[in-house]
Amino acid sequence: MARVELDHIAHSYAPKAAEPAYALHPLDVVWEEGSACALLGPSGCGKTTLLNIISGLIAPSRGRLLFNGQDVTRLPTEKRNIAQVFQFPVIYDTMTVAGNLAFPLRNRGMEKRAIEVRVAEIAELLDLTRDLNKPARNLTADAKQKISLGRGLVRSDVAAVLFDEPLTVIDPALKWELRSKLKEVHRALNVLMIYVTHDQVEALTFADQVMVMRDGEVLQRATPAELFETPEHTFVGYFIGSPGMNFLEADVAGHQAKVAGTVFELGRSYTVPAGSTKVQIGFRPDYARTAPSGDIPVKVRRIEDLGRRRLARLALGPHEIYATVPHDVTIDGEDAALTIPPNRLFVYVDGRRIIGEDRR
Amino acid sequence: MSKPINNRAWFFVLPVLGFVMFSAIIPMMTVVNYSVQDTMGSNQFFWNGDQWFRDLLNPTTEIGARFAGALGRNLTFSLVALLIEVPLGIGMALCLPRQGWTVGFVLVLIALPMLIPWNVVGTIWQIFARADIGLFGATLVGMGIPYNVTQDPTSAWVTIVVIDAWHWTPLVILLSYAGLRAIPDAYYQAARIDSASRWAIFTNVELPKLHKVLVIAVLLRFMQTFMIYTEPFVVTGGGPGSSTTFLAIDLVKIALGQVDLGNAAAMSLVYNLITLTICWIFYTIMTQMDKRGAE
Amino acid sequence: MGLSLENVGVISAGQPVIRDVSLDLVSGSMNVLLGPTLSGKTTLMRLMAGLDRPTSGRILVEGRDVAGIPVRKRSVAMVYQQFVNYPTLSVYENIASPLRVARLGKAEVDERVRKAARLVGLEPLLARLPSQISGGQQQRTAIARAIVKGADIVMLDEPLANLDYKLREELREELPRIFRETGAVLVYATTEPLEALLLGGNTATLSQGRVVEFGPTASVYHDAQLLESARVFSDPPLNEIRIAKHGDQIRAGKTEHLSADGELAGLPDGAYTLAFRADIVRLGQPWQKSIRLAGRVAVAEISGSESFVHVETALGTFVCVEIGVSAAQPDDLVDLFIDASRVFVFDEAGRRAGSRSNR
Repeated sequence: MARVELDHIAHSYAPKAAEPAYALHPLDVVWEEGSACALLGPSGCGKTTLLNIISGLIAPSRGRLLFNGQDVTRLPTEKRNIAQVFQFPVIYDTMTVAGNLAFPLRNRGMEKRAIEVRVAEIAELLDLTRDLNKPARNLTADAKQKISLGRGLVRSDVAAVLFDEPLTVIDPALKWELRSKLKEVHRALNVLMIYVTHDQVEALTFADQVMVMRDGEVLQRATPAELFETPEHTFVGYFIGSPGMNFLEADVAGHQAKVAGTVFELGRSYTVPAGSTKVQIGFRPDYARTAPSGDIPVKVRRIEDLGRRRLARLALGPHEIYATVPHDVTIDGEDAALTIPPNRLFVYVDGRRIIGEDRR
Repeated sequence: MSKPINNRAWFFVLPVLGFVMFSAIIPMMTVVNYSVQDTMGSNQFFWNGDQWFRDLLNPTTEIGARFAGALGRNLTFSLVALLIEVPLGIGMALCLPRQGWTVGFVLVLIALPMLIPWNVVGTIWQIFARADIGLFGATLVGMGIPYNVTQDPTSAWVTIVVIDAWHWTPLVILLSYAGLRAIPDAYYQAARIDSASRWAIFTNVELPKLHKVLVIAVLLRFMQTFMIYTEPFVVTGGGPGSSTTFLAIDLVKIALGQVDLGNAAAMSLVYNLITLTICWIFYTIMTQMDKRGAE
Repeated sequence: MGLSLENVGVISAGQPVIRDVSLDLVSGSMNVLLGPTLSGKTTLMRLMAGLDRPTSGRILVEGRDVAGIPVRKRSVAMVYQQFVNYPTLSVYENIASPLRVARLGKAEVDERVRKAARLVGLEPLLARLPSQISGGQQQRTAIARAIVKGADIVMLDEPLANLDYKLREELREELPRIFRETGAVLVYATTEPLEALLLGGNTATLSQGRVVEFGPTASVYHDAQLLESARVFSDPPLNEIRIAKHGDQIRAGKTEHLSADGELAGLPDGAYTLAFRADIVRLGQPWQKSIRLAGRVAVAEISGSESFVHVETALGTFVCVEIGVSAAQPDDLVDLFIDASRVFVFDEAGRRAGSRSNR
């Protein structure tokens, strides 16, 4: 168990270039022992690069990586005490489940009796006890992923478990089970887990700290609830939530924002810095209610039934807006109105959220 | 997954069937015909029943002893060649570079021996192994090792085995290399995380993933070594004595040298049958393994 | 008319992989095959495309048995999970390839390619090579190629599975619009319930090689007639409680008694499965007619726009969905309210019972 520290880590795949294009911009992060963290972002955002730096596959072009205060930046993978679960199951085909779980311990020369005890313990935790003597290659994908995880967990000295999109090949229904298993294991063992994914559901449900990344840069590092409720960057607002946040270009002055001639009341008073090129207001479809009457008149383009909720696609001038249609509301015809709680409306200048002053 | 069935496909097989008819089935029937008849010459044949086969399979007869000896040599040769070439091939494949400009260069270099025809290989080695002027032979003699292909059976055997290994280990190397390249990096990464030693990675990751290509490699190499003819024919002529007289060489001697058609026919049929049986065993093991793997 | 399957069965290596499937797919309709891995989606599609032949039953296109008609001669297009494009051809030529095979005139090819490209939003990228565009754009190329030739049957086998979550979301929203104009029989395989709901049209729920239920997507979802179908069409997984009715008492587990409200009213005596999706469960706030259970919050997890709250009760752990961020904290003691008028009741054979059971 340990804490992992990134001390000004940066990486460029062509470090010698005059202006190195960073695949990963300089980054300072501390992950405490026992936390569950996720790196979330689209393909090419640098999350895999960062994971590879931690696992030792890539040496960063700048900065230091510390495990428990000890510099491991140049240590090879096998000396780092990490475990990793890959996108597709990696198991030793010729061994039984027990053999797979015992393998890392055997390699470290642990005593046979002690290995058996530890393997039984971990198998119990992962519900693999019944399969211990089966050949590992005949099991289903989700069981194989559990074995990969188990091979990491059997080692009591493991500093961090890394997950590289581990649910990619798992069916939706089984994803649920495996995900709860992961959380259960995390609670039981109090080990640092770092989870890389492009899937917001996986990242948010798994982690208590999520880093949203784009183009090698960390845009926001926060709890899942914070990412949803107060996105600091327009990309975070767009990337988290289905559908993402609505962003409308607006003229913001004081406690009002004007969008296509319509006034939105803001919860706070804003001063837009001079020289900013793009001013937007943003709000979550989930907090915007569509009803026959309300604050902001809109046209209804379409209403989608997503099973457990209904979403309206609305038009306000040239803008398109997504909003919720509450369970008990019926909307007929083209005309409707939108109500947004002022404290759910944010102002973004050049992509970044600015904090307004309290009105009073 | 079931495949669509189209009976018209049989039509397209006809030309091949015709070709096989002329190139294989008719000659084969001729051989079968010879194997149950005897002749006193002048193209007059009479029925001999299964006498040729009885003689052949009875080691106390002259032909039986020859056959048993040659068969033993063949099996020994195949075994020795496989034991050397398969481990050597895998070992060399493990040493090859995985990326960079050297890959293509090294692969071509390795494939080079396979491009040379058997008889040329034989001729090269015949000169190469000569104790007086051959680089290989003369060097060995110079080092004080008693080496003489034409007089010393051990020398002859070693030479034939070395030729075959030089000529065909590249096939095993290339197959193994392709198999190794197909293993995803994640397996190596996982093994490093598990602190597996190089040997443990080899036995637990590489070897199991290689098993399919290795079965093919072993099958191919077995069939080729079991048919061995040209190298000993050119280099040792089957000698000294009969120490390198393999089945194919003996067969040619009996059929073309002694024009003993009945014996030769029976021998070639039995030879053929043995090859088929061993291949069938291989095939069965291979499919069984596949089935177990699929479960 | 469209495409019909009549009692189709497939046996592969002695195992039945498709069992007695009958489906009528109308031209111009969107049909979703929804089911987990190995439920037979891909096999069914291969049958419809004519790549495989059924062991039993018939497949009819426009009322004609198509057994023995080779795939090339059928008007079928397919999009796969992997991005299948010709790597050396530009996006334009990739989309045009089926038209080139059909030897259409240059002007017509150009017109149709541009129309298809506009529909999938690829117009600015026509000159690029597949390696120069993103995964989402590659899959758009494949989709454009599938619709450009105006095939009668267009099949999509989990086309979004290999895309990033957000790209998947975007394309998923666009697909219904893209396909609306094709007039083909569209068959779309997926493992994700949400995808089926967004696509609309009809949905066939699949389980172990069998079509469990087939009908308009919304009604299969909201009004499932079979337990198996409701299970397949639920994400998070369906919550289930075994109950027994005796006179006016409904018992669940050893100790719990449920009120005979809503769907539970007027049931004949017997054993049932009470099933409900996560969205008709809420914490703390009763519905008009509720089934109430006391519980303890095990986990509250936010997943984006929704939160999943797992609540442990005497009858098992149930999942409930709340929009936005849930206020529930682990170990909170809560009252769980299940909307009694929207639950499903299934009898022991897994068929719908209860007052809403007749569609």
